[in-house]
Amino acid sequence: MMVLSVVIMPVAAALCVLVFRRRQWTPWAGVASSVYVAALGLYIAESDLTGRAPSALSGVLRVDELSAFMIIVIGLVATLASMSSVRYLRETSASLEGGSSHAVQYQVLVQVFVATMLVAVCAANIGVLWVSIEATTVATTFLVGHRRTRHALEASWKYIVICSVGIALAFLGTVLVYLASVHAGASSGNGLEWTWLMGHAHQLDPSVMRLAIGLLILGYGAKAGLVPMHSWLPDAHSQAPAPVSALMSGVLLSVAFYALLRFKAVAVLSIGPSYPRALFVIVALVSLGFASLMLIHQKDLKRALAYSSTEHMALMALGAAAGGPLAVMGVLLHVLGHALAKGVLFLVAGEMVLVDGSSTFVGSQGLLARRPTLGAMFAGALVALLGLPPFSLFISELTMMRGEMSAHLGWAVALSAIALVIAFAAFANHGRRLLFGDPAESSAPTRSSLLALGPLGLALALCAVVGVFVWPLGAILSHAAALVSS
Amino acid sequence: MTHAGVAGPLLASTSGVILLCAALALWHRATAGIVRALALQGAALAASAVILGVSLHKGALLVTASLILVVKAMVIPFMLRRMVRLDPSSSETDPVVNVPASLVVSVLLTFVAFVASRPMVYAIGGALVALAPYGFATVLIGFFVLVSRRKAIAQMVGIVLIDNGTGLVALLLTTGMPLLTELGSTLDVLLMVVVFRVLAARIYGETGTLDLDSLEELRD
Repeated sequence: MMVLSVVIMPVAAALCVLVFRRRQWTPWAGVASSVYVAALGLYIAESDLTGRAPSALSGVLRVDELSAFMIIVIGLVATLASMSSVRYLRETSASLEGGSSHAVQYQVLVQVFVATMLVAVCAANIGVLWVSIEATTVATTFLVGHRRTRHALEASWKYIVICSVGIALAFLGTVLVYLASVHAGASSGNGLEWTWLMGHAHQLDPSVMRLAIGLLILGYGAKAGLVPMHSWLPDAHSQAPAPVSALMSGVLLSVAFYALLRFKAVAVLSIGPSYPRALFVIVALVSLGFASLMLIHQKDLKRALAYSSTEHMALMALGAAAGGPLAVMGVLLHVLGHALAKGVLFLVAGEMVLVDGSSTFVGSQGLLARRPTLGAMFAGALVALLGLPPFSLFISELTMMRGEMSAHLGWAVALSAIALVIAFAAFANHGRRLLFGDPAESSAPTRSSLLALGPLGLALALCAVVGVFVWPLGAILSHAAALVSS
Repeated sequence: MTHAGVAGPLLASTSGVILLCAALALWHRATAGIVRALALQGAALAASAVILGVSLHKGALLVTASLILVVKAMVIPFMLRRMVRLDPSSSETDPVVNVPASLVVSVLLTFVAFVASRPMVYAIGGALVALAPYGFATVLIGFFVLVSRRKAIAQMVGIVLIDNGTGLVALLLTTGMPLLTELGSTLDVLLMVVVFRVLAARIYGETGTLDLDSLEELRD
């Protein structure tokens, strides 16, 4: 029941919106359900799950420590995004024609989107996982194109085409895993289940698994924004409304990556560590190099943030390539830190669009002088994203690197460090211009609303607290990492 | 995965038809012809599911087959025809790569599919697994259609080809995924096509064309 309620809450919020269409408070239903999801995720993760992970719907959903951790991350970013959706809807529904029906559509789709991600991380079997990740594409396409401008429509077309192809490849990979598990003696009932796959991974046929893991990396990698099918990402993230970008970049990418983490664990047990590791290292390094070079010439904050998402997913892929408990703990902590920092930055960009009309670096110069609080939030989140202390991304990047060194991937760490330096310099430069540049027109500093910035401050504070104390997540992280490390 | 007598040759022919339809989709210039080829392909896929279901006495596969028949042989072709009616300039595909070259590429891709799946075919064995390369080849041809055509409708054709190819592989390798997965995936594909259709209508409403070369503004 507890597990089921995690998935049902966002759906209930969506129904709420549909029933009480024009009431002012409907966006707050989304906030409430997101807070509930995060809190319940924390509760489940804190309880002792050894040997009795809670399940629901006769075993279709099953929450182990890793799923619980992902629920926490989804809940936190959804809370952030739905709080700023309140403001986004208030500001934009007046300007779009047919504003209130747009607002209803937006809220329903956001909640459905959150629900599909929750199903994906709670799914006990890889078939349901696939179905729900495909469903995220269906739910988000219209969110990307929500503003219905030419650019937004182009971005959503590119998004759905590339993600459909990716998801088809992931389906082939899933089919092959099922073939291997049936061949190894699974019944049709349990052949798709994570627990069976992990328990019998050494019996899975290596030649089939080799093909499968390649297809899965390509397929779910497309959804995670990794090379070679990453090209939807900068368009979709820059065109979507800011709260949606925060959700997509902060958690959707990580949900697809979560699937890869689990599949890699199965593949390593079946075919040994070297082949999956090689694939992950290649994808990670190429993505990292590509994203950091693309960062240099970006003119728009949202596009730059999108490339930085590819960069961070690549860092996680490198951590996953190493695959030891330490590296995987780093990866998971990075999932959380990246979700918070990137979520905050996208929402700052959203504020910039609402106030300045665009999120270009030039158009919003002198942010710190014009809007001190917003500028401070941006600066804080940028420091976090660049991997500086006290924020958790610092400790997670170090942890991943230590894990990679002990897996004899020192050369890859060195290459990734070069890309990181490039990305750091590019972002520091963009950030300097945005914060300290001369404003286009001088005006008295304006205060920002508490509703817009309060949640962002809390998210940054959380990122810093986790970064310094790793509290309250230490035990959760090590349990979750133990499930998928080798 | 053994099965009696006549099912093997029958499945071999339906798989062949599926691959042939992919080649036909490359060969036709007129979108109407391509849509007919896709409908035939969907029907052949449904027929494969029926053959497997009857020969293995699996009732669930008959459910799958009827879903495939409705979604892939009727609804999707219907949606595609509606798109052509929406934007008459979509009735010709004008591919970037000309037709003879495309057909040569499709032969090469088929060859690649057979070679790449050899290790797996040997490892698992069985008559059904040996047919899986037909599905892989269809997927690869779908990819090629996707990258070599610039019209929205042609890109949808590519995606449908990829989807039918994966459907064939899934049928042959696993004799049907568990029903929940099968239902979920068919429903998702249906929703996806509806989303494509609505999105295409919005793009047409905004730009007056479904030619994607006019939508090339988001670039770095």
